[in-house]
Amino acid sequence: MRFGVVIFPGSNCEQDVVHAVRHMGHSADYVWHGDTDLSGFDAVVLPGGFSYGDYIRCGAVARFSPVMASVVRFAEEGRPVVGICNGFQILTEAHLLPGALLRNEGLKFICEPVHLRVEESVCEWLDLSAGSVMTIPINHNEGNFICDPETLERLKANGQIVLRYCEPDGTVLPGSAPNGALDSIAGICNERGNVFGLMPHPERVVDPLSGGTDGQAIFRAIAKRAAEVAG
Amino acid sequence: MTRYEIFVTYKRGIFDPPGATAARALANLGYDEVEGVSIGKYIRLDVADGTPEERVAEMCDKLLANPVIEDYRIVAKEV
Repeated sequence: MRFGVVIFPGSNCEQDVVHAVRHMGHSADYVWHGDTDLSGFDAVVLPGGFSYGDYIRCGAVARFSPVMASVVRFAEEGRPVVGICNGFQILTEAHLLPGALLRNEGLKFICEPVHLRVEESVCEWLDLSAGSVMTIPINHNEGNFICDPETLERLKANGQIVLRYCEPDGTVLPGSAPNGALDSIAGICNERGNVFGLMPHPERVVDPLSGGTDGQAIFRAIAKRAAEVAG
Repeated sequence: MTRYEIFVTYKRGIFDPPGATAARALANLGYDEVEGVSIGKYIRLDVADGTPEERVAEMCDKLLANPVIEDYRIVAKEV
């Protein structure tokens, strides 16, 4: 499968994502944010970083980059679109995912591995067994997920909550989210399940050299979904 | 030139971490009368004369504020 990894001015995790995808045996190419052609790609990843210096709000300017209209169309076709960290923030600003990401509750930039519980969700192509616990690093200042109560109910009812911060044994406690995220939410998907946003960085734990392999399952699943859609 | 001042604040019910930190710090300094602090953004927008406020509201909805989490107030200023 061929992954398109979008580079916005200020993205800084695109090389890690490309490395992770290639490590998993797939091909990956960069897509400049000013380009609009996503033909030939089976999956699109919006990587982490500080697009446009995080000015105004994280992701607020990037969502108007020329490539984003193509990303919206790509998503409408049911193909996998994944936003990691700043990419997640861009997806919420672009209204491809609900809610928003506020500054971390403790006002501190947090860079550390976290435990994540895989929830039973409509994002079933992720192919991760519900209830299992992954360890993936986070690296952000604005990962404090928030949405209004009605949206939260809808996310729960539709099975759009994909990952929650948890304790090592998988239990979710009020303090499990290091950033104060509502309902310990670390990752969500759209109603259709093909647009997935998450604050943790799975690309950093794909190559065993970088300290773990829990991120492999996510890239394997994106490729599998892309193959299904491509027929 | 017409000047608009825009005040962007978190919606009611949205936790404001910098505001909460400022409130705690003020309490630590002995300002017991402080009942709440909300920290937002101030934007000064200079536009061509005759630009209607609705146009500024559109800019707020589209880019300057995020309606999911923020409210904004627009004040026209004499320059």
